[in-house]
Amino acid sequence: MIVVVDYGMGNLGSIAKALEYVGGEVLVTNDPARVAQADKLVLPGMGAFQDGMKHLEERGLVPLLTDLVLNQKKPFLGICLGMQLLAKRGFEWGEYPGLGWIDAEVVRFEVDKIKGLSVPHVGWNDLTLTRSTPLFAGLENGADVYFVHSYHLACREPKLVTATFEYGDTFTAALMQENIFATQFHPEKSQRDGLTMLKNFLSWQPQ
Amino acid sequence: MLKQRIIPMLLLYKGRMVKTVQFAEYRDVGNPVTTARVFQAQRADELLFLDISASIEDRGILFDIVKEVSGECFMPLGVGGGLRTLEDIRAILEKGADKVIINTAAVEHPGFIEDAARRFGSSTIVVSIDTKKRNDGTYEVYTRRATNATGLDPVAWAVEAARRGAGEIIITRADLDGTMQGLDIGLITKVVQSVNVPVVASGGVGSLDDFRNAFQAGVSGVGAGSIFHFTDQSIVKTRKYLCNAGINVRP
Repeated sequence: MIVVVDYGMGNLGSIAKALEYVGGEVLVTNDPARVAQADKLVLPGMGAFQDGMKHLEERGLVPLLTDLVLNQKKPFLGICLGMQLLAKRGFEWGEYPGLGWIDAEVVRFEVDKIKGLSVPHVGWNDLTLTRSTPLFAGLENGADVYFVHSYHLACREPKLVTATFEYGDTFTAALMQENIFATQFHPEKSQRDGLTMLKNFLSWQPQ
Repeated sequence: MLKQRIIPMLLLYKGRMVKTVQFAEYRDVGNPVTTARVFQAQRADELLFLDISASIEDRGILFDIVKEVSGECFMPLGVGGGLRTLEDIRAILEKGADKVIINTAAVEHPGFIEDAARRFGSSTIVVSIDTKKRNDGTYEVYTRRATNATGLDPVAWAVEAARRGAGEIIITRADLDGTMQGLDIGLITKVVQSVNVPVVASGGVGSLDDFRNAFQAGVSGVGAGSIFHFTDQSIVKTRKYLCNAGINVRP
Protein backbone atom coordinates (compact mmCIF):
# COMPACT_ATOMS: atom_id res chain seq x y z
CA MET A 1 0.00 0.00 0.00
CA ILE A 2 1.20 3.47 -0.93
CA VAL A 3 0.45 6.20 1.57
CA VAL A 4 0.01 9.71 0.24
CA VAL A 5 0.73 11.85 3.28
CA ASP A 6 -2.11 14.30 3.87
CA TYR A 7 -0.70 17.27 5.73
CA GLY A 8 -3.10 19.92 4.49
CA MET A 9 -0.86 21.26 1.75
CA GLY A 10 -2.53 21.34 -1.61
CA ASN A 11 -4.22 18.95 -3.93
CA LEU A 12 -3.58 15.38 -2.85
CA GLY A 13 -6.42 14.07 -4.97
CA SER A 14 -4.59 14.23 -8.27
CA ILE A 15 -1.50 12.37 -7.13
CA ALA A 16 -3.66 9.69 -5.52
CA LYS A 17 -5.75 9.32 -8.68
CA ALA A 18 -2.67 9.20 -10.89
CA LEU A 19 -1.08 6.47 -8.75
CA GLU A 20 -4.32 4.48 -8.87
CA TYR A 21 -4.53 5.00 -12.62
CA VAL A 22 -1.16 3.26 -13.09
CA GLY A 23 -2.20 0.40 -10.81
CA GLY A 24 -1.27 1.45 -7.28
CA GLU A 25 -3.21 0.73 -4.12
CA VAL A 26 -3.35 4.13 -2.49
CA LEU A 27 -4.36 5.53 0.88
CA VAL A 28 -4.48 9.26 1.55
CA THR A 29 -4.11 9.79 5.29
CA ASN A 30 -2.54 11.81 8.10
CA ASP A 31 -3.14 9.15 10.73
CA PRO A 32 0.31 8.21 12.09
CA ALA A 33 -0.81 4.62 12.71
CA ARG A 34 -1.82 4.20 9.06
CA VAL A 35 1.21 6.06 7.74
CA ALA A 36 3.41 3.66 9.71
CA GLN A 37 1.96 0.70 7.77
CA ALA A 38 2.90 2.09 4.35
CA ASP A 39 5.01 0.05 1.97
CA LYS A 40 5.85 3.22 0.08
CA LEU A 41 5.35 6.88 0.88
CA VAL A 42 4.48 9.90 -1.21
CA LEU A 43 4.83 13.44 0.10
CA PRO A 44 3.16 15.82 -2.34
CA GLY A 45 2.29 19.41 -1.61
CA MET A 46 2.12 22.94 -2.78
CA GLY A 47 2.32 26.13 -0.79
CA ALA A 48 4.89 27.72 1.46
CA PHE A 49 7.87 25.89 2.99
CA GLN A 50 7.23 27.11 6.53
CA ASP A 51 3.56 26.08 6.44
CA GLY A 52 4.51 22.67 5.10
CA MET A 53 6.89 21.99 7.98
CA LYS A 54 4.44 23.40 10.49
CA HIS A 55 1.65 21.14 9.24
CA LEU A 56 3.88 18.05 9.34
CA GLU A 57 4.93 18.89 12.89
CA GLU A 58 1.38 19.57 14.08
CA ARG A 59 0.36 16.11 12.91
CA GLY A 60 3.30 14.48 14.66
CA LEU A 61 4.59 13.20 11.33
CA VAL A 62 8.19 14.45 11.34
CA PRO A 63 9.79 11.80 13.62
CA LEU A 64 7.60 9.07 12.09
CA LEU A 65 8.47 9.91 8.47
CA THR A 66 12.13 10.29 9.39
CA ASP A 67 12.15 6.83 10.94
CA LEU A 68 10.25 5.21 8.05
CA VAL A 69 12.43 6.77 5.37
CA LEU A 70 15.90 7.07 6.91
CA ASN A 71 15.92 4.00 9.19
CA GLN A 72 13.41 1.59 7.65
CA LYS A 73 14.34 2.70 4.11
CA LYS A 74 10.81 2.69 2.74
CA PRO A 75 10.70 3.90 -0.86
CA PHE A 76 9.77 7.56 -0.78
CA LEU A 77 8.60 9.99 -3.44
CA GLY A 78 8.55 13.75 -2.76
CA ILE A 79 6.87 16.07 -5.24
CA CYS A 80 7.29 19.85 -5.52
CA LEU A 81 6.99 21.17 -1.95
CA GLY A 82 7.34 17.54 -0.88
CA MET A 83 10.80 17.60 -2.46
CA GLN A 84 11.74 21.00 -1.09
CA LEU A 85 10.92 19.98 2.50
CA LEU A 86 13.70 17.38 2.34
CA ALA A 87 16.24 20.23 2.43
CA LYS A 88 18.04 21.42 5.53
CA ARG A 89 16.68 24.94 5.23
CA GLY A 90 14.12 26.93 3.30
CA PHE A 91 14.11 30.67 2.71
CA GLU A 92 10.47 31.29 1.82
CA TRP A 93 9.00 34.11 3.97
CA GLY A 94 12.07 33.91 6.28
CA GLU A 95 14.48 31.11 7.18
CA TYR A 96 13.07 27.80 8.41
CA PRO A 97 14.50 24.34 9.04
CA GLY A 98 13.31 21.52 6.79
CA LEU A 99 13.38 17.75 7.29
CA GLY A 100 17.11 17.88 6.56
CA TRP A 101 17.35 14.49 4.81
CA ILE A 102 19.13 16.02 1.84
CA ASP A 103 22.03 18.46 1.97
CA ALA A 104 20.25 21.29 0.22
CA GLU A 105 18.65 24.67 0.62
CA VAL A 106 15.46 26.03 -0.89
CA VAL A 107 15.85 29.50 -2.34
CA ARG A 108 13.89 31.82 -4.58
CA PHE A 109 14.73 32.14 -8.25
CA GLU A 110 16.98 35.17 -8.56
CA VAL A 111 14.95 37.37 -10.82
CA ASP A 112 17.82 39.68 -11.76
CA LYS A 113 19.99 36.79 -12.69
CA ILE A 114 17.42 35.26 -14.97
CA LYS A 115 16.40 38.54 -16.49
CA GLY A 116 13.56 38.45 -18.90
CA LEU A 117 12.19 35.27 -17.37
CA SER A 118 9.15 35.38 -15.16
CA VAL A 119 8.69 33.89 -11.70
CA PRO A 120 6.95 31.56 -10.87
CA HIS A 121 8.47 29.09 -13.30
CA VAL A 122 5.19 27.77 -14.73
CA GLY A 123 4.72 25.36 -17.59
CA TRP A 124 6.35 22.53 -19.48
CA ASN A 125 10.12 22.37 -19.48
CA ASP A 126 12.42 19.66 -20.73
CA LEU A 127 14.49 17.45 -18.50
CA THR A 128 18.16 16.75 -18.90
CA LEU A 129 18.61 13.30 -17.42
CA THR A 130 21.96 13.46 -15.63
CA ARG A 131 21.97 10.11 -13.87
CA SER A 132 20.39 6.84 -14.77
CA THR A 133 17.70 5.66 -12.38
CA PRO A 134 14.96 3.03 -12.55
CA LEU A 135 12.47 5.87 -12.05
CA PHE A 136 13.33 7.22 -15.50
CA ALA A 137 12.90 3.92 -17.33
CA GLY A 138 11.01 4.57 -20.56
CA LEU A 139 11.78 8.30 -20.56
CA GLU A 140 13.78 10.01 -23.24
CA ASN A 141 16.31 12.68 -22.47
CA GLY A 142 14.54 15.98 -23.12
CA ALA A 143 11.11 14.75 -21.98
CA ASP A 144 8.77 17.65 -21.14
CA VAL A 145 7.26 17.78 -17.66
CA TYR A 146 5.09 20.30 -15.86
CA PHE A 147 6.55 22.68 -13.29
CA VAL A 148 4.95 25.34 -11.13
CA HIS A 149 7.12 26.91 -8.43
CA SER A 150 8.83 30.14 -7.32
CA TYR A 151 11.52 28.51 -5.17
CA HIS A 152 14.00 25.84 -6.15
CA LEU A 153 16.09 23.31 -4.32
CA ALA A 154 19.83 23.99 -4.49
CA CYS A 155 21.48 20.63 -3.83
CA ARG A 156 24.90 20.67 -2.14
CA GLU A 157 25.63 17.14 -3.30
CA PRO A 158 25.57 17.23 -7.10
CA LYS A 159 25.86 13.46 -7.32
CA LEU A 160 22.31 13.14 -5.95
CA VAL A 161 20.82 15.09 -8.85
CA THR A 162 19.21 12.81 -11.45
CA ALA A 163 17.70 15.45 -13.74
CA THR A 164 18.04 19.15 -14.31
CA PHE A 165 16.11 21.86 -16.14
CA GLU A 166 17.21 25.13 -17.70
CA TYR A 167 15.66 28.45 -16.74
CA GLY A 168 18.30 31.11 -17.23
CA ASP A 169 20.59 28.73 -15.35
CA THR A 170 20.63 25.02 -14.54
CA PHE A 171 18.44 23.83 -11.66
CA THR A 172 17.59 20.56 -9.92
CA ALA A 173 14.53 18.87 -11.42
CA ALA A 174 14.86 15.51 -9.65
CA LEU A 175 17.14 13.80 -7.17
CA MET A 176 17.71 10.40 -5.67
CA GLN A 177 19.41 9.29 -2.49
CA GLU A 178 19.08 5.59 -1.72
CA ASN A 179 15.34 5.02 -1.16
CA ILE A 180 14.45 8.70 -1.63
CA PHE A 181 13.32 9.99 -5.01
CA ALA A 182 12.02 13.50 -5.42
CA THR A 183 10.90 15.76 -8.23
CA GLN A 184 10.41 19.51 -8.46
CA PHE A 185 7.99 18.94 -11.32
CA HIS A 186 4.61 17.26 -11.06
CA PRO A 187 4.62 13.74 -12.54
CA GLU A 188 0.89 13.52 -11.80
CA LYS A 189 0.34 16.49 -14.14
CA SER A 190 2.84 15.55 -16.82
CA GLN A 191 0.63 13.34 -18.98
CA ARG A 192 2.26 10.20 -20.39
CA ASP A 193 5.84 10.70 -19.20
CA GLY A 194 4.65 11.62 -15.71
CA LEU A 195 2.51 8.50 -15.46
CA THR A 196 5.49 6.44 -16.63
CA MET A 197 7.53 7.74 -13.71
CA LEU A 198 4.75 6.95 -11.25
CA LYS A 199 4.47 3.46 -12.66
CA ASN A 200 8.23 3.09 -12.21
CA PHE A 201 7.85 4.20 -8.61
CA LEU A 202 5.30 1.43 -8.01
CA SER A 203 7.73 -1.24 -9.09
CA TRP A 204 10.84 0.42 -7.62
CA GLN A 205 12.83 -1.70 -5.21
CA PRO A 206 15.71 0.49 -4.00
CA GLN A 207 18.94 -1.41 -3.43
CA MET B 1 13.86 25.51 -22.07
CA LEU B 2 10.44 26.51 -20.80
CA LYS B 3 7.75 26.04 -23.44
CA GLN B 4 4.99 28.47 -24.29
CA ARG B 5 1.55 27.02 -23.58
CA ILE B 6 -1.51 26.40 -25.75
CA ILE B 7 -4.45 26.51 -23.36
CA PRO B 8 -8.02 25.58 -24.28
CA MET B 9 -10.50 27.57 -22.20
CA LEU B 10 -13.74 25.81 -21.39
CA LEU B 11 -16.63 27.98 -20.37
CA LEU B 12 -19.20 26.24 -18.20
CA TYR B 13 -22.80 27.14 -17.67
CA LYS B 14 -24.96 24.86 -15.53
CA GLY B 15 -22.78 21.88 -16.29
CA ARG B 16 -22.68 22.39 -20.05
CA MET B 17 -19.90 23.86 -22.07
CA VAL B 18 -20.83 27.10 -23.79
CA LYS B 19 -19.25 29.69 -26.03
CA THR B 20 -19.99 33.36 -25.81
CA VAL B 21 -19.53 36.38 -28.00
CA GLN B 22 -18.43 39.43 -26.03
CA PHE B 23 -19.37 37.48 -22.90
CA ALA B 24 -23.02 37.09 -24.04
CA GLU B 25 -25.06 35.03 -26.56
CA TYR B 26 -24.41 31.66 -24.95
CA ARG B 27 -24.15 28.76 -27.36
CA ASP B 28 -24.05 25.20 -26.14
CA VAL B 29 -20.92 23.51 -27.46
CA GLY B 30 -21.01 20.22 -25.66
CA ASN B 31 -20.11 18.14 -22.69
CA PRO B 32 -17.09 19.49 -20.77
CA VAL B 33 -15.79 16.11 -19.63
CA THR B 34 -15.86 14.65 -23.14
CA THR B 35 -14.17 17.75 -24.48
CA ALA B 36 -11.50 17.64 -21.78
CA ARG B 37 -10.74 14.06 -22.84
CA VAL B 38 -10.20 15.20 -26.41
CA PHE B 39 -7.87 17.99 -25.32
CA GLN B 40 -5.98 15.55 -23.11
CA ALA B 41 -5.57 13.16 -26.03
CA GLN B 42 -4.25 16.03 -28.15
CA ARG B 43 -1.75 16.91 -25.40
CA ALA B 44 -3.04 20.37 -24.63
CA ASP B 45 -0.62 22.02 -22.22
CA GLU B 46 -3.23 22.93 -19.66
CA LEU B 47 -7.01 23.32 -19.35
CA LEU B 48 -8.83 26.30 -17.91
CA PHE B 49 -12.44 25.97 -16.75
CA LEU B 50 -14.46 29.11 -16.14
CA ASP B 51 -17.88 28.63 -14.61
CA ILE B 52 -20.20 31.49 -15.48
CA SER B 53 -23.30 30.20 -13.71
CA ALA B 54 -23.48 31.95 -10.38
CA SER B 55 -25.71 29.91 -8.07
CA ILE B 56 -24.69 27.65 -5.23
CA GLU B 57 -26.43 24.61 -6.81
CA ASP B 58 -24.32 25.05 -9.90
CA ARG B 59 -21.17 25.04 -7.77
CA GLY B 60 -21.94 21.39 -7.00
CA ILE B 61 -22.09 20.60 -10.72
CA LEU B 62 -18.75 22.36 -11.22
CA PHE B 63 -17.24 20.29 -8.40
CA ASP B 64 -18.41 17.08 -10.07
CA ILE B 65 -16.94 18.11 -13.41
CA VAL B 66 -13.57 19.07 -11.92
CA LYS B 67 -13.49 15.84 -9.97
CA GLU B 68 -14.26 13.75 -13.01
CA VAL B 69 -11.81 15.54 -15.29
CA SER B 70 -8.98 15.48 -12.75
CA GLY B 71 -9.50 11.76 -12.27
CA GLU B 72 -8.62 10.96 -15.85
CA CYS B 73 -6.79 13.95 -17.34
CA PHE B 74 -3.34 14.04 -15.79
CA MET B 75 -2.51 17.58 -16.81
CA PRO B 76 -2.73 21.00 -15.16
CA LEU B 77 -6.26 22.24 -14.49
CA GLY B 78 -7.15 25.82 -13.65
CA VAL B 79 -10.66 26.58 -12.41
CA GLY B 80 -12.43 29.88 -11.87
CA GLY B 81 -15.83 31.48 -11.64
CA GLY B 82 -17.32 33.17 -8.61
CA LEU B 83 -14.56 32.19 -6.19
CA ARG B 84 -14.76 34.74 -3.38
CA THR B 85 -13.39 33.17 -0.19
CA LEU B 86 -10.43 31.09 0.96
CA GLU B 87 -12.92 28.31 1.63
CA ASP B 88 -14.13 28.46 -1.99
CA ILE B 89 -10.53 28.03 -3.12
CA ARG B 90 -9.81 25.21 -0.72
CA ALA B 91 -12.93 23.34 -1.83
CA ILE B 92 -12.16 23.56 -5.55
CA LEU B 93 -8.52 22.55 -5.02
CA GLU B 94 -9.73 19.55 -3.08
CA LYS B 95 -11.85 18.49 -6.08
CA GLY B 96 -8.76 18.37 -8.23
CA ALA B 97 -8.01 21.88 -9.49
CA ASP B 98 -4.34 22.81 -9.49
CA LYS B 99 -4.80 26.53 -9.81
CA VAL B 100 -7.66 28.87 -9.18
CA ILE B 101 -8.63 31.88 -11.21
CA ILE B 102 -9.97 34.90 -9.41
CA ASN B 103 -11.34 38.01 -11.02
CA THR B 104 -14.16 40.08 -9.50
CA ALA B 105 -13.29 39.22 -5.89
CA ALA B 106 -9.71 40.37 -6.46
CA VAL B 107 -10.80 43.75 -7.78
CA GLU B 108 -13.35 44.27 -5.02
CA HIS B 109 -11.02 43.09 -2.24
CA PRO B 110 -7.41 43.24 -3.45
CA GLY B 111 -6.25 41.90 -0.07
CA PHE B 112 -7.89 38.61 -1.06
CA ILE B 113 -5.01 38.02 -3.48
CA GLU B 114 -2.48 38.29 -0.66
CA ASP B 115 -4.50 36.08 1.67
CA ALA B 116 -4.95 33.45 -1.01
CA ALA B 117 -1.31 33.54 -2.13
CA ARG B 118 -0.09 33.27 1.44
CA ARG B 119 -2.34 30.31 2.17
CA PHE B 120 -2.12 28.35 -1.08
CA GLY B 121 1.09 29.65 -2.64
CA SER B 122 1.42 32.31 -5.33
CA SER B 123 1.73 29.77 -8.09
CA THR B 124 -1.78 28.50 -7.28
CA ILE B 125 -3.39 31.92 -7.61
CA VAL B 126 -4.15 33.26 -11.07
CA VAL B 127 -5.69 36.71 -11.42
CA SER B 128 -7.82 37.11 -14.51
CA ILE B 129 -8.37 40.61 -15.87
CA ASP B 130 -11.23 41.39 -18.24
CA THR B 131 -10.87 44.63 -20.10
CA LYS B 132 -12.56 46.62 -22.86
CA LYS B 133 -11.15 49.30 -25.09
CA ARG B 134 -12.68 52.75 -24.81
CA ASN B 135 -13.41 54.92 -27.84
CA ASP B 136 -10.40 57.09 -27.03
CA GLY B 137 -8.12 54.06 -27.28
CA THR B 138 -7.55 53.63 -23.54
CA TYR B 139 -8.59 50.53 -21.64
CA GLU B 140 -10.72 49.83 -18.60
CA VAL B 141 -11.01 46.80 -16.34
CA TYR B 142 -14.46 45.23 -16.04
CA THR B 143 -15.75 42.77 -13.45
CA ARG B 144 -18.88 40.66 -12.99
CA ARG B 145 -18.67 39.00 -16.39
CA ALA B 146 -17.64 42.28 -18.00
CA THR B 147 -20.83 44.11 -16.98
CA ASN B 148 -19.30 46.37 -14.35
CA ALA B 149 -16.83 49.10 -15.26
CA THR B 150 -14.25 49.67 -12.54
CA GLY B 151 -12.28 52.69 -13.75
CA LEU B 152 -9.07 50.67 -13.34
CA ASP B 153 -6.38 50.59 -15.99
CA PRO B 154 -5.61 46.94 -16.88
CA VAL B 155 -1.83 47.37 -16.97
CA ALA B 156 -1.76 49.14 -13.58
CA TRP B 157 -4.10 46.50 -12.15
CA ALA B 158 -1.94 43.67 -13.49
CA VAL B 159 1.09 45.23 -11.79
CA GLU B 160 -0.78 45.54 -8.51
CA ALA B 161 -2.19 42.02 -8.69
CA ALA B 162 1.30 40.62 -9.28
CA ARG B 163 2.73 42.71 -6.44
CA ARG B 164 0.04 41.33 -4.13
CA GLY B 165 0.99 37.76 -4.95
CA ALA B 166 -0.77 36.63 -8.13
CA GLY B 167 1.39 33.92 -9.65
CA GLU B 168 0.00 34.42 -13.13
CA ILE B 169 -2.10 36.98 -14.98
CA ILE B 170 -4.73 36.23 -17.62
CA ILE B 171 -5.50 39.28 -19.74
CA THR B 172 -8.70 39.13 -21.78
CA ARG B 173 -10.20 41.66 -24.13
CA ALA B 174 -13.86 41.00 -23.25
CA ASP B 175 -15.03 43.05 -26.21
CA LEU B 176 -13.14 40.72 -28.55
CA ASP B 177 -14.34 37.51 -26.87
CA GLY B 178 -15.76 35.06 -29.39
CA THR B 179 -15.19 37.45 -32.31
CA MET B 180 -12.12 35.63 -33.60
CA GLN B 181 -10.83 39.03 -34.74
CA GLY B 182 -7.37 38.55 -33.28
CA LEU B 183 -5.75 39.24 -29.94
CA ASP B 184 -4.87 42.79 -28.91
CA ILE B 185 -1.11 42.44 -29.23
CA GLY B 186 -0.45 46.05 -28.18
CA LEU B 187 -2.20 45.61 -24.85
CA ILE B 188 -0.70 42.17 -24.30
CA THR B 189 2.81 43.49 -24.93
CA LYS B 190 2.31 46.25 -22.35
CA VAL B 191 1.14 43.78 -19.72
CA VAL B 192 4.01 41.36 -20.44
CA GLN B 193 6.55 44.16 -20.13
CA SER B 194 5.04 45.50 -16.92
CA VAL B 195 4.87 42.38 -14.74
CA ASN B 196 7.38 39.74 -13.79
CA VAL B 197 4.88 36.88 -13.55
CA PRO B 198 3.75 34.73 -16.48
CA VAL B 199 1.00 36.25 -18.64
CA VAL B 200 -1.70 34.33 -20.51
CA ALA B 201 -3.53 36.20 -23.28
CA SER B 202 -7.06 35.47 -24.41
CA GLY B 203 -10.03 37.05 -26.14
CA GLY B 204 -10.28 37.09 -29.91
CA VAL B 205 -8.02 34.25 -31.07
CA GLY B 206 -9.20 33.44 -34.58
CA SER B 207 -6.18 32.19 -36.48
CA LEU B 208 -2.96 30.34 -35.89
CA ASP B 209 -1.10 33.58 -36.53
CA ASP B 210 -2.80 35.04 -33.46
CA PHE B 211 -1.06 32.41 -31.35
CA ARG B 212 2.24 33.16 -33.03
CA ASN B 213 1.92 36.92 -32.59
CA ALA B 214 1.10 36.61 -28.91
CA PHE B 215 3.94 34.19 -28.27
CA GLN B 216 6.32 36.52 -30.05
CA ALA B 217 5.07 39.30 -27.77
CA GLY B 218 6.32 37.19 -24.86
CA VAL B 219 3.22 35.61 -23.35
CA SER B 220 3.63 32.41 -21.40
CA GLY B 221 0.36 31.02 -22.72
CA VAL B 222 -2.50 31.71 -25.09
CA GLY B 223 -6.02 30.80 -24.04
CA ALA B 224 -8.56 30.08 -26.74
CA GLY B 225 -12.04 28.67 -27.11
CA SER B 226 -13.78 29.45 -30.37
CA ILE B 227 -10.93 28.45 -32.64
CA PHE B 228 -10.99 24.93 -31.23
CA HIS B 229 -14.79 24.69 -31.13
CA PHE B 230 -15.82 26.32 -34.38
CA THR B 231 -12.97 25.81 -36.83
CA ASP B 232 -11.09 22.76 -37.98
CA GLN B 233 -7.98 23.85 -36.07
CA SER B 234 -7.04 21.30 -33.44
CA ILE B 235 -4.38 21.53 -30.77
CA VAL B 236 -2.30 19.17 -32.88
CA LYS B 237 -2.45 21.41 -35.96
CA THR B 238 -1.85 24.52 -33.87
CA ARG B 239 1.22 23.01 -32.27
CA LYS B 240 2.60 21.89 -35.60
CA TYR B 241 2.07 25.30 -37.16
CA LEU B 242 3.78 27.04 -34.24
CA CYS B 243 6.71 24.61 -34.23
CA ASN B 244 7.24 25.29 -37.92
CA ALA B 245 7.06 29.02 -37.22
CA GLY B 246 9.92 28.65 -34.73
CA ILE B 247 7.78 29.16 -31.63
CA ASN B 248 8.92 27.38 -28.53
CA VAL B 249 5.98 25.05 -27.91
CA ARG B 250 6.02 21.37 -26.99
CA PRO B 251 6.78 19.30 -30.09
